Order: sequence, then structure tokens, then C-alpha cells
Amino acid sequence: MDTDTIKIVRMLAENVDFFYGSTHALKNINLNIFKNKVTAIIGPSGCGKSTFIRLLNRMNDLIPRSRLAGNIMLDGENINEPNTDVVDIRRRVGMVFQKPNPFPKSIFQNVSYGMEVNGIRDKNVITEKVIESLKKAALWNEVMNRLDESALCLSGGQQQRLCIARCLAVEPEVLLFDEPCASLDPVSTKKIEELILGLKKEYTIVIVTHNMQQAGRVSDYTAFMYLGELIEFGHTEKLFTVPKDKRTEDYITGKFG
Amino acid sequence: MNKKIVQGLGFAVLYLCLAATLFFLGTIIYFILVKGIKIINWGFLTEVPRRAMTEGGIAPAIIGTFYLTLGSIIFSLPLGLACAIYLCEYSPTGYIVNIIRLSINNLAGVPSVVFGLFGLAVFVKYFGFGVSILSGSLTLGILILPGIISAANEALLAVPQSLREASFALGATRWQTIKKVVLPSAMSGILTGVILGIGRAAGETAPILFTAATFYTRGFPKSPMSEVMALPYHIYALMTEGTHPDKQTAIAYGCSLILLLLVLSVSGLAIYLRQKQRGHAYGH
Repeated sequence: MDTDTIKIVRMLAENVDFFYGSTHALKNINLNIFKNKVTAIIGPSGCGKSTFIRLLNRMNDLIPRSRLAGNIMLDGENINEPNTDVVDIRRRVGMVFQKPNPFPKSIFQNVSYGMEVNGIRDKNVITEKVIESLKKAALWNEVMNRLDESALCLSGGQQQRLCIARCLAVEPEVLLFDEPCASLDPVSTKKIEELILGLKKEYTIVIVTHNMQQAGRVSDYTAFMYLGELIEFGHTEKLFTVPKDKRTEDYITGKFG
Repeated sequence: MNKKIVQGLGFAVLYLCLAATLFFLGTIIYFILVKGIKIINWGFLTEVPRRAMTEGGIAPAIIGTFYLTLGSIIFSLPLGLACAIYLCEYSPTGYIVNIIRLSINNLAGVPSVVFGLFGLAVFVKYFGFGVSILSGSLTLGILILPGIISAANEALLAVPQSLREASFALGATRWQTIKKVVLPSAMSGILTGVILGIGRAAGETAPILFTAATFYTRGFPKSPMSEVMALPYHIYALMTEGTHPDKQTAIAYGCSLILLLLVLSVSGLAIYLRQKQRGHAYGH
């Protein structure tokens, strides 16, 4: 496990509160996300972990009647400042969703899409980047001969790796995974986990999961959330072996969940 | 009663309903076909009416219906699509949007002759377009607008939110997401709306009664400001005016058959396009 002492804060949440209408979904969350580390967020369903991760690339902007208080910083900038470009934030902070959601386009077009919407026109640059991204997402060998086929013909696990490739193609700094293996079989899950471990050399990764073994396998840091609060945050190994809070202990030992 | 028997009965009722529907459709087509086929020949399709509509062809009416339908789609598709995109993708949900939706649904229930009077008052008189293809197209366009809006709206709502999120998460703007992800996915549903619109616009009589149609022209329309003959109105005229009912009735059935074939072939084309588009999306 990671014993590195160099910790650079890439993203941080400061006194974050979030409301859906009158529902207080997140309560005073303070959390550091370190560069080139994997941070796992665990907790029972409805604890706010997905809500939290979706604040990190402002996906919750799309939800009507929601309200945020507190600061979320990316490399020292507040991502919710009025003059911040939300489109730029979302390019820098990529997201892989719970269910694979490839576009009903070809495999190639799925990966090139992000570059096109970000104004890259050079065909050679795009082609190179598509290949590079598919290789990084460990999908290249399976699709190299059928880049023009529809992405919907791929299996669920392949679709999810395609979604990862699609993210990587726009050169994000942070990758958010919102329960990326929730709809996948164990073999596909293992591939995604290996991928995540490989990707942390280049990216800062946040993964929401309600599979504690998965958090243990892939993450350097773990945050435990419960009923909208951040109960405990620390090195994954420590949190799982010597939890400080009774509720963390109960959750990881399976007393509730 | 045994639940399998109940199920059997249920299916029997459904089959009966299906059979009844097909029966009516089949009868209408058969009836029009038998009565209309006799008069149809090349001349009927390509010539102008002669001798006070008792001889000759219906070419100007076919052309007129084509122009009116085309015009109404050119007018209502962009407007309806823009309206649906605004309602579905941009407007915040709430009171005012609900009122707008309600108004659109109510517009769909307005009788077509009222649209005709509206067209007469506004396009023909107020804007001074006169009785013309332009006035008729605009009136028909307004008539089919609610249908286009609701079909497009349904099609947009059916696009999974997850696709929009995927696009936003890659740094696409709202407009890029609509243009590159949402609209292509919704295209087949929008096409369905257009098909229905074409069918309706081609077949309506009342809206063009005062705004575009004329009883009889010697030649073909020369500009969008010309008045035109149109198939549905021509049928009406043949059956109500003139001095040779027997000859005119035969021509009216011929007209009906052409109108039916026209609408069916347009629908067929659109269904073909839709299937092709859908097949492409799923890579078959």
C-alpha cells in the first residue's frame, strides 16, 4: 500500500452543504483529494456519496431546485465561481457513470466526440488520440478491427472501458468513477479495477463504490459517508483495520449497510 | 374461471380489435381503388381539367397539394422543432412552461375550419398575401404545428438523460449536446411527427378553402403567390359543383385514390428512412 509522504491536494471540498429542494443531502463535508492517488467514497445507499462526486464536476448543476453552499476547489480555484467556465471544469474533471452510457455512434466516434466538442479539428491528431485512449483503457486489442461498428454492439464491460477511453481522450486531470462496476460481472469488474490502478500514475482518481472489497483493492484513501455526513477519512488500510468511529466500524464489519 | 381461459379470451378480444381495424382500412382502400382505378391513366395524371371538369386530368391539383404540403412542412418543422427543443432542453420546469404545453395541446384541438378563417383574416387579408400557396402553406403549417411539437417533444424526452450527462461530462456545451447527441437520437421520433404532419396537411380541406385553393386553373402555379388547385378541395368541388355529376364523381374517386396513394407513399418513405436511421444507430 501507499506510504508516499508527498501529498499534493488536487481537489478539495470545504464546508460543503447541498440541498435538493428542502432535503439536506450533504452536511458540512470537508475532504482533500490528493494528486495521483485513488480516493474511494463508501457508504450505504442514500448516504450522499454519488451526490458528492457529482459536485466535483458540477453535474448537479443540471438538477432543478438544488443548492450548494461551501467551496469546491480544483488546483486552488473555486469551480463554482460565477466566471468559471463549467464546460472547462467538466473537461478537466472527467466522469465515468454507474451504467455504461456510450453514445449510439461508432466506437471511433464515441472516443473522438470529446475532442470534437472541444474544438480539435485535425483528423490525424484525433485518430492518434483515439488509438492512444483505447490502448490506455485496455480496449484497443478487442476493437482495433471494428472501430466503425456501433458502440452498442459491445458487451457491458467493454462499453464501460469505452466510456473510460472517451474520458481519457479529452486529457482530464481528475477522473471520477460513480460506481463504475455496479452493472458489471466479476471478470469485467476485475479489468476495470486493474485499469484504475494503472491510471493513477497519470490521473487523480475518485471512485464511489458500495463494494468495500473494491475500495480496499483499488484505493489509497477512503472516505466513509453516512446520512449526508463525512464520518471518517484516512488511509484505506487504516480505515479498514483500525477505524476511529464506531459507525465506520459497524459498516465495514457488515453490521448495517 | 381458469386463468388460461381468461388469457385466451383476452387475446381473442385483442385479435378481434386488430381484425376490425384492418377490415376498415382494407375496405376503404379497396372501395377507393375499385371506384377510382378505372379513370386513372397517364393523361389523368399529367393533363389539366377540361370542359368544366368533366374531362381531362388533375395534374394541377396534384402539383398544388405537393406545394402546399411542402410549404407547410418547411414552415412548421423548424418552428416546431425549435419550440420542442426549447421546452424540453432549455426551459426550467414550472408553472409557465406547463401553461405553454397546455396551450399547444389546446391548439391541436381547434377545428380546422377555424384555422382556415384565421388564415383568411391574417395571411390573406392582414399580411396581404392574398389567396395563394404562401397563405395556404402558412395556415396548414399552423394546423400541423402542435402535432410536430408534441411528436418532437416526446422524441426528445425519450432520449436517455445518461447520454446528455455523458456529453456534458466531456466538456460539451448544451447546444453541442443537443446537436450531436440528442437530436440524432430523437430523429426517428421527429420523423414520425413529420409523417403524420404531411398526411394531415395533404388531406385537409377547410384550412385551404379560403386561403389557397381555387376551383379551377388553366395552368400550373407560377409563384408562391399564385392560387392553386389542391386534391382534397378538388374532390369537394367535383362533388358539389358542376353539371355532370356522373362524370365528375368518377373523377373524384380517381382524385381520392391519388391522394390516398400520395399520403401512403410519403408515409412509406418516412418509415423507410426511420428504419434505416434506427438500424444505423444500433449498428445492424
